Amino acid sequence: MRRVNGARSGTTRKHAARVAGIAAVAALAVTLSGCAGGGGDQAASGPKDAGDIVVGFAQVGAESGWRTANTKDIQRAFKDAGIELKFSDAQQKQENQIKAIRSYITQQVDVIAFSPVVETGWDAVLKEAKDAGIPVVLTDRAVDSEDETLYESFLGSDFIEEGKKAGQWVVEEYADQTEPVEIIQLEGTTGAAPAIDRAEGFAEVIGADEKFQVVASQTGDFTRAGGKQVAEALLKSNPGVDLIYAHNDDMGLGAIEAIEAAGMVPGQDIKIVTVDAVKDGMTALAEGKINFIVECSPLLGDQLVDIVKKVVAGEDVEKRIITEETTFTQEQAVEALPERQY
Amino acid sequence: MSSILTHRLFWPVVMLLVLFAINLVAFPGFFVIEVKDGHLFGSLVDIVRNGAPTLIIAVGMTLVIATRGIDLSVGAICAISGAVACSILLGSPNPGSVGTVVTAVVVAVVISLVLGVWNGFLVAVFGVQPIIATLILMTAGRGVAMLITEGQILTVNSPPFKVIGSGFLFGIPVAVLIAALIFTAAAVLTRRTALGMLIESVGINPEASRQAGVRSRGLLFTVYTFSALCAAIAGLVLTSNQTAADANNTGLFIELDAILAVVIGGTSLAGGRYSLAGTLVGALVIQTLVTTVYTVGIPPIATMVFKAAVVTAVCLLQSPTTNAVIASWRKPIAARFRKATV
Repeated sequence: MRRVNGARSGTTRKHAARVAGIAAVAALAVTLSGCAGGGGDQAASGPKDAGDIVVGFAQVGAESGWRTANTKDIQRAFKDAGIELKFSDAQQKQENQIKAIRSYITQQVDVIAFSPVVETGWDAVLKEAKDAGIPVVLTDRAVDSEDETLYESFLGSDFIEEGKKAGQWVVEEYADQTEPVEIIQLEGTTGAAPAIDRAEGFAEVIGADEKFQVVASQTGDFTRAGGKQVAEALLKSNPGVDLIYAHNDDMGLGAIEAIEAAGMVPGQDIKIVTVDAVKDGMTALAEGKINFIVECSPLLGDQLVDIVKKVVAGEDVEKRIITEETTFTQEQAVEALPERQY
Repeated sequence: MSSILTHRLFWPVVMLLVLFAINLVAFPGFFVIEVKDGHLFGSLVDIVRNGAPTLIIAVGMTLVIATRGIDLSVGAICAISGAVACSILLGSPNPGSVGTVVTAVVVAVVISLVLGVWNGFLVAVFGVQPIIATLILMTAGRGVAMLITEGQILTVNSPPFKVIGSGFLFGIPVAVLIAALIFTAAAVLTRRTALGMLIESVGINPEASRQAGVRSRGLLFTVYTFSALCAAIAGLVLTSNQTAADANNTGLFIELDAILAVVIGGTSLAGGRYSLAGTLVGALVIQTLVTTVYTVGIPPIATMVFKAAVVTAVCLLQSPTTNAVIASWRKPIAARFRKATV
């Protein structure tokens, strides 16, 4: 019951602590990956009924309202179709996602679907899935791999196109202005596909005109707190800024608070363009605090179910399937807001 | 002169001044503090305000580390306290009333105190290694927060609650006032009484201090509970600042920042002698570092490397070996200087 004998030397204590720490982490890892249930026999021949299909889905996490809507829609769609869905939440960590995918491989599910946290580093685990004969469907985010045979299909938004749509609005908005337009870009998580592609598409469109200058571009990690802190600092070091382009609504909402704290009016003194169109973002758009939102729809559950059914039946699916999406101005937001589910 | 050079806060303060200088070069208006809408506004104000949560937690962490312990659970407690407060606010018919906000804050703090007592119980009564004891809550705590928020980001619209994180009192950010209050309270309680000495004695040699009549068990309970209290308050500040409870991201890695602040401040992880003033400087160095990344415009992909380089520099400058080398250089120079002037 008493505390460890104090006469023991500091190094021994530290060593003991470290060993115990490693042991605890290892034990935790075992429990996490060890919760796998028994897998079905894959050798069964002939097409399967929807009721026999088991799908493993490795979600990124619950980092935003968008992601929650995405999770709910996928769970609903599979439930409606009567397909068993094994769901795991990676809490924004690639290692958790890899662990989840490995556990699905051990469980011998019929199809693995996941939204990769980052673009790279998936070749090994996808190869394992391929060797085990389990088809993989990517949802919402892509992987950067030279071997396209590692996955069956990628269902999701075209992030480059989203960046282009945002850029086109900016170009039209400032069409009559000849003076330089100073832009701050709030990037998503460094290395994430939407962050890379939304920056690329935007840069491609505004790059055609030299008056558009991105004076600062920093990551706000797709979070509200991140967007606020970055915007606070950047607004001070770039007092002449005209527009903020945020890679998602949450960072845009953080920027709104930073602009208000600086004694300016968001949407007027500094214009804001974001991507996503979640409810909080749409509310701010309807209130005139955001100027334009490019939609990135999370409701892809039904499309995913279709792909899973086709893959299991052995039919060919397109390598790239794009979700249907639109854009919103302030007026359209006022109309669309009451029916917004997420 | 030599007493300043050998003071344990010398290098951290030098680092802070170097970071200030870098900021001033990158952004000449760095030191400007204006009064905007009746409150202070400027980069330095942002640094102190955004650094407040880290400082609050680091104060609690300093006392825990002084007892040769460590508290890894503070980030998770932040998330729990924010989640509890926001779910109470959202569940009430009138989230904007001061009474509701006080209830939410009190409940959040009380629940966190219970968690602190749990940590203290494991360490003081069961003699579990502090790193293991608090690792339990670190990993499980975010799950608890997720359960409370049901995996959602809870956005609250409550003006009185918003005051905690982004409000101002007499022109000074409320978050800074809270941090100052906790810092002063900890300093007065431990340094104006024998409490600080007793905590240090437990850290240096628990067995010897027990035999000398120090009630180490009660002290351990006290420091872990105080650390949880600090974490709860920091969690409320963070949650209020982003007007939303985010179980995944609120206070993520803040335990590491807090430990780093304590270490930069010259308190040894081996326990014993501690310095609250050092912790204050440490917390300021960390937050200034974050701001420097934004103002200097370090690309997001290089941010981590930049931070690591600065932290490495501080730690190397502080190490006993470096100080011994510098002292050995200084001696002959001083001797030569003395000869020359004679």
